[in-house]
Amino acid sequence: MKSSYIPMTREQQEAMLAAVGVNSMEELFSAIPEELKLKKDLNIPDPLSEHELNKQMLTLVEQNFDSSWNLCFLGAGIYDHFIPSAVKHITSRQEFYTAYTPYQPEISQGILQSIFEYQTMISELTGMDAANASLYDGATALYEAALLAARYTDRKEVLVARSVNPEYRKVLYSGLKYSGITIKEIEFLNGTAQDKKSGTLDSGLLQAAINENTAAIVVQSPNFFGIIEDIKTISQKAKAADALLIAVCDPISLGILESPGALGADIAVGEAQPLGNPMNFGGPLLGYFAVKSPYIRRMPGRIAGQTTDSEGRRGFVLTLQAREQHIRREKATSNICTNQALCALTATVYLSLMGKKGLKEVARQCINKSDYAYKALLETGQADGVFDAPFFREFVVKPKISPERLNNELLSESIIGGYDLSKDYPELEGCWLVAVTEKRTRTEIDLFVRKVSKICQGGIFI
Amino acid sequence: MIRDERLIFEKSVAGRIGFSLPENDVPEVDLAKTFGEGVLRDSEPEIPEVSEVDVIRHYTNLSKRNYGVDSGFYPLGSCTMKYNPKINEDIAAMDGFSRMHPLQNPLSAQGSLEILYRMDKLLSEILGMERVTLQPAAGAQGEMTGLMIIKAYHISRNDEKRVKIIVPDSSHGTNPASAALAGFEVVHIPSDEKGCVDIASLETILDDTVAGLMLTNPNTLGLFEEDILKISEMVHKCGGLLYYDGANMNAIMGIARPGDMGFDIAHVNLNKTFSTPHGGGGPGSGPIGVVKELVPFLPVPIIEKRDDYYVFDYDKPLSIGKVKSFYGNFSVVLKAFCYIMMMGSEGLKSASQAAVLNANYIRKKLEDVYDIPYNRICMHEFVLSAQRQAKNGVTALDIAKNLLDEGYHPPTIYFPLIVHEALMIEPTETESPETLDAFINTMRRLAGQAETDPEKLKNAPKTTYVSRLDEVKAARTPVLRWRP
Repeated sequence: MKSSYIPMTREQQEAMLAAVGVNSMEELFSAIPEELKLKKDLNIPDPLSEHELNKQMLTLVEQNFDSSWNLCFLGAGIYDHFIPSAVKHITSRQEFYTAYTPYQPEISQGILQSIFEYQTMISELTGMDAANASLYDGATALYEAALLAARYTDRKEVLVARSVNPEYRKVLYSGLKYSGITIKEIEFLNGTAQDKKSGTLDSGLLQAAINENTAAIVVQSPNFFGIIEDIKTISQKAKAADALLIAVCDPISLGILESPGALGADIAVGEAQPLGNPMNFGGPLLGYFAVKSPYIRRMPGRIAGQTTDSEGRRGFVLTLQAREQHIRREKATSNICTNQALCALTATVYLSLMGKKGLKEVARQCINKSDYAYKALLETGQADGVFDAPFFREFVVKPKISPERLNNELLSESIIGGYDLSKDYPELEGCWLVAVTEKRTRTEIDLFVRKVSKICQGGIFI
Repeated sequence: MIRDERLIFEKSVAGRIGFSLPENDVPEVDLAKTFGEGVLRDSEPEIPEVSEVDVIRHYTNLSKRNYGVDSGFYPLGSCTMKYNPKINEDIAAMDGFSRMHPLQNPLSAQGSLEILYRMDKLLSEILGMERVTLQPAAGAQGEMTGLMIIKAYHISRNDEKRVKIIVPDSSHGTNPASAALAGFEVVHIPSDEKGCVDIASLETILDDTVAGLMLTNPNTLGLFEEDILKISEMVHKCGGLLYYDGANMNAIMGIARPGDMGFDIAHVNLNKTFSTPHGGGGPGSGPIGVVKELVPFLPVPIIEKRDDYYVFDYDKPLSIGKVKSFYGNFSVVLKAFCYIMMMGSEGLKSASQAAVLNANYIRKKLEDVYDIPYNRICMHEFVLSAQRQAKNGVTALDIAKNLLDEGYHPPTIYFPLIVHEALMIEPTETESPETLDAFINTMRRLAGQAETDPEKLKNAPKTTYVSRLDEVKAARTPVLRWRP
């Protein structure tokens, strides 16, 4: 065996074959019909040594414009937040990252307790009674929440704000396609309304859409445009119709903004990548899922619970497994087998380091810096405001030139520009979604604003 | 060892900090004025206030109460707990990969796109499929994606009466669960006396309401479905499609391919076969490959190469849409890519051969002391039964718990459901014969003790941080979070 990951030597192989009672390796595979056996080598490149692999990967890395040397003003659901060094020192401990799902609780107390702590932190942030051990991402968490609501209410329609992340809505559409559950989208208030509500869900349209078939209302706050939605009023509408309110919330914002639980939401879901997880080109991410108590036994995915051992000491196990696929098979609440344990651990360590003060400070700086960038952009006269409502970390402007062109030119200045909203919202043609996290300094923001202004005035050409 | 049972919350000291952030250098926004009533938090969330050293000690101590592949032998059947090469972790952690935003201009992410594109090609070749989507985040999501494709395919042919998905009684629980979620009716077929799909039963079920059959091959007993060509012919003849659950792909890399067996859709678990770590329960990655006819139904985007550039192609009118945000678990895909690059064709084949030899070696050395209900040459895993030991009161669970005291992660227990007192053993190729021999000796000793002193085996584990935990209590009175 030539691979350094396969310890069996040629001599050992012979001895083992003899012990098994076969003459050759081929004989071990005799159950495979001859016509099915691959008669050629797989057409894949010759093996590389570790050193060669490293070198090849470096040539690929060179083609990537990553945010360590490009200033990132792009968000739209994935954010470039600061990650303390201590986080990866914990998550690189092999006892955590090379373990499987904790099926043997006695030797899995580390991961089980960390999940319990994670569940607690998510419950605290969202103001909910319980959280699961995490799901694939915010989008799939929303899909699972919609399923839960439809089953709980025995109703077949979900009302979804169009100001919910388009990526989430796409996943929701494909997930529910064959479920018999329909989706109705509710428009946001567009235009130049002066009542500080533009960019938020149109509550008149929402009211008109609610009926006895409404299983849930889905609202995101801060929504895709960065704008705070009125969860409280919307949840009252849901309650009046015996529908569930599903709130999609950013966990960093919850360091400062009122929790969805306190505002009346039944289920809170969202993307917890901003809690210490790298952007990783969009994966892995970390979907959180938290509920009020009536829905606990209907949650999808793994859940850790506290119990005692035979000597009465505190310990943790995976629990409420009667919901799950390995017990219930086709009657399970979900087909999910894995969570994103390592990403959840990352979030737990991140939150522990930040503490309530640090999280608040991150949230505050996001507000301050995005507000500063917004005002500075408007001041240049090269970009117009689009909505008038308060926002968190992210805002929409309409620059004098198209976002696509602007982004291309910014890239040559080592700046990753904002998100072109026309891709998902034809009515927002020319609108640009800009994110400013706590990582951006005043100098960097000033540089960004100057470049945007210059490019818009035709001052920079590629 | 000092026993510290406290949660991180119970170590919190008001006013202590563990963060280091730059000072705010822009004007402060007046929060109350900007956001108005009811928008800001009334009370602070109970996030602990601890120092960096508190955090490091706390989680380092927790890690010591956990067991990973690097800790020791982990023969957890169906989970392919092979060694996770370190170089893959280092490469995935490079800034140039980890600090890429998924929505940045694809021209500024050509390195990442190239990996996705080449991985599609590599996995297509290994599976014998036409194209692969890397979007599913785990095996179960791959199954769900595959089933949605099956549905979309039949609907595209106006063949809407196909409502049934057939799964063997030995299948993974995710199979029927995924099928039900995708809106199918689940039909179970029994295994025959050889532990394979019962062809006669299959014959009686097949009709024009069958959408497809889900099969893992080798199956969960570790046995190759010898009649696979017959099965695929039967299913195709009635108009159904064949789905390959790739959880057991580690047995046949470079030896046989699902595509050649007649499967139309196949998933692989990169977090099994392709060496990416399981992370204590995730993140995984469950790409699926499909035959040519099903390519139009794959999730968007597909990565294509045009004029020397890699691009995302969203223009697929028949696509089932998106099953997950963006392009899947990129960093997991990247680690698996590195693994394949270092193994090459010969290395992958050697891995499967060694995995199969290791499994058979253990099987042979334990067959006289444990029952093996389907005892013949197995593939990468096999299933023991502790029913002989159970007569003396020593169950599969007891054996598993005693293995904890011996320093092993136990095999999968009580699965597959068709074997009583099942212990499913999958050694993988990354274990040395010395490790296998030591494990065999332990298993033999336990079998002996089950005869001579069964009571002694009832109280394990004794050396772990906690002893047996009360799972009934945990489920009856759920405590799912700490409260101040």
